[in-house]
Amino acid sequence: MRIHCPYCGERGVEEYSYRGDATVRRPDANGPDALERFVEYLHLRDNPAGSHQEFWQHLHGCRAWLVVQRDVRTHAIESVIAASRRVAR
Amino acid sequence: MMTETQPFRLATGGLVDRAAPLNFSFDGRAITGFAGDTLASALLANGVRLVGRSFKYHRPRGILSAGVEEPNALVEHRSGSRREPNSRATVLELYDGLVATSQNRWPSLRCDLLSVNSWVSSFIAAGFYYKTFMWPASFWERIYEPMIRRAAGLGRTAPAHDPDTYEKATAFCDVLVIGGGPAGIAAAVAAGRTGARVILCDEDFVLGGGLLGDKADIDGGSGVDWTRTMAGELAAMPEVSVMGRTSVTGVYDGGVFGAVQRVSDHLPEPLPHQPRLRFWRIVARRSILAAGAIERPIAFGNNDRPGVMLAGSVRTYINRYGVAPGRRAVIFANNDGAAGTLDDLAAAGVDVAAVVDSRDGSSAAVSVAAARHGVVMHAGAMVTQAYGGHGLRSVEILTSDRQRERISCDLLAMSGGWNPTIHLTSHLSGRPRWDEAAAAFLPGSLPPGMTVAGAATGNADLNACLASGAATGLAAAHDCGFSGRLPSWRGHGSGDGQCHQPVRPLWRVPGARGKAFIDFQSDVTTDDIDLSVREGFGAAEHAKRYTALGMATDQGKTSNVAALGILAEITGTDIASRGTTTFRPPYTPVAIGALAGHARGMDFHPRRLSPAHPFETEQGAVFVEAGAWLRAQYYPRPGETWLQSAEREVRTVRGGAGICDVSTLGKIDIQGPDARAFIERIYCNNFAGLKPGRARYGLMLREDGFVLDDGVTMCFSDTHFVMSTTTANAPVVMQHMEFHHQCVWPELDVQLTSVTEQWAQFSVAGPLSRELLRRVVDRQHDIANEAFPFMSAAQVTVAGVTARLARVSFSGELAYEIAIPAQYGDSLLRELMRQGEAFGVCLYGTEALAIMRIEKGHVAGGELNGHTTAADLGLGKMMSAKKDYVGRILAQRPALRDPERPTLVGLLPLDHGSQVRAGAHLVASGRAANLENDEGYVTSSAFSPMLGRWIALGLLASGNNRTGEIVRACDPLRGTESLVEICSPQFYDPTGERLHG
Amino acid sequence: MRYSIISVLSQGLRGQKGWTRAWRDAEPRPQYDVVIVGGGGHGLATAYYLAKEHGISNIAVLEKSYIGSGNVGRNTTIIRSNYLHPANARFYEWSLKLWEGLEQDLNYNVMVSQRGVLNLFHSDGQRDAFARRGNAMRLNDIDAGLLDEAEVRRLLPYLDFDNARFPIRGGLLQPRGGTVRHDAVAWGYARGADRRGVDIIQNCEVTGIRIERGRVAGVETNRGFIRAGKVALCCAGNSSQVATMAGLRLPIESHVMQAFVTESVKPLVDMVVTFGAGHFYISQSNRGGLVFGGDIDGYNSYAQRGNLPTVEAVMESAMALMPGLGRLRVLRQWGGLMDMSMDGSPIIGLTPVEGIYLNAGWCYGGFKATPASGWCFAWTIARNQPHELNAPFRLDRFASGHVIDEKGAGAQPNLH
Repeated sequence: MRIHCPYCGERGVEEYSYRGDATVRRPDANGPDALERFVEYLHLRDNPAGSHQEFWQHLHGCRAWLVVQRDVRTHAIESVIAASRRVAR
Repeated sequence: MMTETQPFRLATGGLVDRAAPLNFSFDGRAITGFAGDTLASALLANGVRLVGRSFKYHRPRGILSAGVEEPNALVEHRSGSRREPNSRATVLELYDGLVATSQNRWPSLRCDLLSVNSWVSSFIAAGFYYKTFMWPASFWERIYEPMIRRAAGLGRTAPAHDPDTYEKATAFCDVLVIGGGPAGIAAAVAAGRTGARVILCDEDFVLGGGLLGDKADIDGGSGVDWTRTMAGELAAMPEVSVMGRTSVTGVYDGGVFGAVQRVSDHLPEPLPHQPRLRFWRIVARRSILAAGAIERPIAFGNNDRPGVMLAGSVRTYINRYGVAPGRRAVIFANNDGAAGTLDDLAAAGVDVAAVVDSRDGSSAAVSVAAARHGVVMHAGAMVTQAYGGHGLRSVEILTSDRQRERISCDLLAMSGGWNPTIHLTSHLSGRPRWDEAAAAFLPGSLPPGMTVAGAATGNADLNACLASGAATGLAAAHDCGFSGRLPSWRGHGSGDGQCHQPVRPLWRVPGARGKAFIDFQSDVTTDDIDLSVREGFGAAEHAKRYTALGMATDQGKTSNVAALGILAEITGTDIASRGTTTFRPPYTPVAIGALAGHARGMDFHPRRLSPAHPFETEQGAVFVEAGAWLRAQYYPRPGETWLQSAEREVRTVRGGAGICDVSTLGKIDIQGPDARAFIERIYCNNFAGLKPGRARYGLMLREDGFVLDDGVTMCFSDTHFVMSTTTANAPVVMQHMEFHHQCVWPELDVQLTSVTEQWAQFSVAGPLSRELLRRVVDRQHDIANEAFPFMSAAQVTVAGVTARLARVSFSGELAYEIAIPAQYGDSLLRELMRQGEAFGVCLYGTEALAIMRIEKGHVAGGELNGHTTAADLGLGKMMSAKKDYVGRILAQRPALRDPERPTLVGLLPLDHGSQVRAGAHLVASGRAANLENDEGYVTSSAFSPMLGRWIALGLLASGNNRTGEIVRACDPLRGTESLVEICSPQFYDPTGERLHG
Repeated sequence: MRYSIISVLSQGLRGQKGWTRAWRDAEPRPQYDVVIVGGGGHGLATAYYLAKEHGISNIAVLEKSYIGSGNVGRNTTIIRSNYLHPANARFYEWSLKLWEGLEQDLNYNVMVSQRGVLNLFHSDGQRDAFARRGNAMRLNDIDAGLLDEAEVRRLLPYLDFDNARFPIRGGLLQPRGGTVRHDAVAWGYARGADRRGVDIIQNCEVTGIRIERGRVAGVETNRGFIRAGKVALCCAGNSSQVATMAGLRLPIESHVMQAFVTESVKPLVDMVVTFGAGHFYISQSNRGGLVFGGDIDGYNSYAQRGNLPTVEAVMESAMALMPGLGRLRVLRQWGGLMDMSMDGSPIIGLTPVEGIYLNAGWCYGGFKATPASGWCFAWTIARNQPHELNAPFRLDRFASGHVIDEKGAGAQPNLH
């Protein structure tokens, strides 16, 4: 698999490190049900068999964290953006 | 017609160089072949027909094919530490001095005692071992299994470490062409002429593929001439590279291909500085699979006898190698390829006894050829059985009018049709589809960017190959933005007939007598498939797994499809519904060495060395692996053991001064307006109040509430901090912080940079450390106790070079850590040691460091093991209640707040002389040592020179409240046990007076 | 029919014509007491133990493909109980005990070969961690021994001792660990369950789970609706997908792990060896192929194939550990889908939906667990409560914090 880093160009998967589901967002620690939300945030996953939004880091490159949209059945990559450029909540 | 020394060598013809004889040996016998031979062709030229023994029944086997699909002719190639078991003689390029030995036989190839298995074969059919060898249970490991294991296996691995080297390389191209036959060459030329970057990989050592084995003409010249012309043109194109002896073995996601280049396998040993094999990762925008097709054997009785060969391979031995594989042949086929085979055999002077065509209607092409050569033609007939032990002597045929007839012959050229070589098309989970018209599996869904050309499409007609090659080559180049004209060639080949595929495949001969093999090497017969179905293993994968079909070194290249066909016949279903077996990488077996490349021995992983490594080496340091780092473990003086050395180092530090290289600690430079806010969220303790010029110990949790790491962070300004981490966790912490910065709080304006390698860092510890540093740090910096108290941090200079100084202590002594740009690290350490001579300073290593931190009860790797909470380590009070930080919420889960959790305690053996080892478990005294009573364990231990006894740290259930209690430290693994007293983890200087000295 | 030396001999004389099907090719009936989704090792073992231990035989095992098509047929065949965490140690030791009597119990030779599992260590820190684990095993009456370098050298002289980047300092040995012929486990349990009346239904894919008034009613399949009193999910690799049908969201990611086998060679490696300085383990099958593997590829995947960098990393470990393997060839590589859970340990137990039971999250430890998993799951289904052996492996442990994190890696599946 090869991932197109928005900063460095297309690179082999061996340069990247994987983190997992990028659709989950760290909850408000001061919310009334914070504990329950954090348990879900850290543990529960949709784990779809299809298009998956996920975090990767260009670890052995520019070290940018990326949000990659990828089909986990075919490994076809639909889009890559820098995580820090994601539209805020 | 035949030469004298090589009785089966033709006087003329072929691509071998009769002026270049090569001497080799097989089973100790000296034999001669020619340059251009394979081991198989040279053996056949010399009349050697018995080459190997089969896996299970140890049946005598010869040479079936002329390619990578060979199941039978396997040998041990080379000897000693270069011995390569299971080498296929059919693709082993002959060189002078080649040594080959037959395998899987004892005592000799001709007289193999285990061929007794063949006699009892009726009792040891597929899967018999699942039904027996169960009584008594203990006999499995002691009797049955060793017996089975000794009988199984084929060749022997090398007895010593591989002396050759391997290499890896990466290549990029627009168009990758896989296969150097007519279609592949046409594709490469068509694409290359457009200017596209083209790589052509061909597994053979001569380009040409099927053009070498068949008699062919293209545009009026021979196929071989055309190949040479095209090869010349390709060689002249700067953007094209032709890689011979290179097998593309796997397709991976993203247009990545794996390929093995046999750099030196055709040489007695690799040339100087050359690898044996080179593994290529080829990244291609488009690929063209032109891998040809593999002929199908036919299952009839004793179809494994040496002398029974694939017809196309017979043609190859004649046309390419100038070898007649027999003197009197029978042709058995279900397709028009028989005509070409007959022509080629006749031209080679081989007496053809009969042509047996299984098809009912007479085939014009085959009949005409038979008539032309005056050969008896049996239409609608079958070969039912072969005779002969170590070599074919005759065959029995069943004629169309049900007469059995015996024909003497020493060669049977059989063809059951062809299977397109489409393995690579399914490496990305593509499923081949059964094509009724072609009576073959054809490529289904293809890997992105791949097209298929030539015989791999199911059409092996030479014109079709040239046309599809040219078309796919041009189209692939076009896809990459190149343009050009479609080349056109016209040709005809002696194998063309074979592409007129039979209407119906012939998998097995009805009424065959004797064992009819499908998978030759694994000894799977048609009866075994029958048995599988009978027992419910009728699904393709079940049958394969039950019989071991396709598991041999040929990976089922001649057997998988036949098995599916036979399964379909037996169950009365069509072959498509049986499912297809999945082809997985590698296409042909790949040496482990090639895939490992140079990463072996000391080069397995990179080594990280401290900038002061040279000086430490001079000082006699013994180094130890710490992750990727090598760290000085201790500095023994002559005659000292490691323990004596470490004790001396501790005493020297605590009594005066010592220096430890801590360059390996992770260092993260944190800058920006939100630097402090970010650190606040990363550490669980408060950093809001940390003033410039001060340092603070920080504790970091994972989001799940367990401790991740600890370290000291220095504040140089409100927007600039430098954090240190443990050596082991440095990469993890950096990644953890980058994640939270970029993914969780991108709004924070902060920059993180790992500067671990940019700074050398030394701990200078001991009561005299300040005096020592005063001589090294430039005079304008006041480091007096009052001016630079405990937990101070400052930018200083050393000989004018910027350095950082922090007054922190891991040892519990008055101590400093001084950091300097890495290029000055070695010099600084030398200077510190030179100035320290007056104070009796010594270098100390990780052993002394560990002893001192245990004496002080500081946590390290043994305690920061991913299972502990802040409270477990006695650091619960550090967790701020006033802010949000990573791990805050989930640390509140009940199990993490359980008061009975094991917490950090000190442990003192009651018997001063006895040792407690890390890894021992703690059990309440008077209780049995079992899991129910297991209350914790020893995390670290050391002999304390200061206390003169062994001390230890441990994690003990409710440990906080058990000071003074005696528990058992049980170490059944090492057969020791001692009683230990629970105490505070601070063994030495518990009030911390020495820190402030 | 019963398998014995007599039956093998007599069938040999009769041309193997008298053997009967190992299990019936059952057609689905409209209703079962228990429907087990997934005809892999765990599902078939569950059916077997439900019938054998709990007298429930009105059971269907539904398999969307052929039985044993998942991980029971694509693993590196290792069995062991060398665990640190008490919950794991107890559970896997029970599994090992069941393995030890399995062949006689099933009347099927699954070739349980207790040839020993040796974990090499390369540093003092690793030795201490192994000592802690080995002592935990001994306290649990599990066999374990700590070997020094000389002892390892004597046992495995072909390892690289003298030019190693990470020198071998010793190893933790579990003599009772070993290997099993993986496919045969599925077949043996299938045959055993079938003989006790269980319907094994292949090519039957569950497409939905019907829940009525908060309780399970049955499953929709490509062969129609099947009513069921209880539905047990045993579909590693697709656990999240099937659980979604019941409205459940699991603490699981699906990952791919690769494994490799070489060409057959004469006996060389006679135990299971794991390399402590890289993720690598190796053994030799009875056919003679070296079977080995390494780390998971590391990212979510439902494609049963692996990537090239992982292949290379595994081979590098192989050569670092055994430099004599350079000329031996890899014959096949394959990828299996792993349910990677958030703490590296499985989930076996009840779910929030009444009548639905979950067996999932095996990471890459599922094969050795097969007997105990089936045994405990059967108990849980039959009595509607977990057995004490699987009680710690509950779905809600992440909320309470009672995680079973053997490696101490935290809630990141690809680190377990």
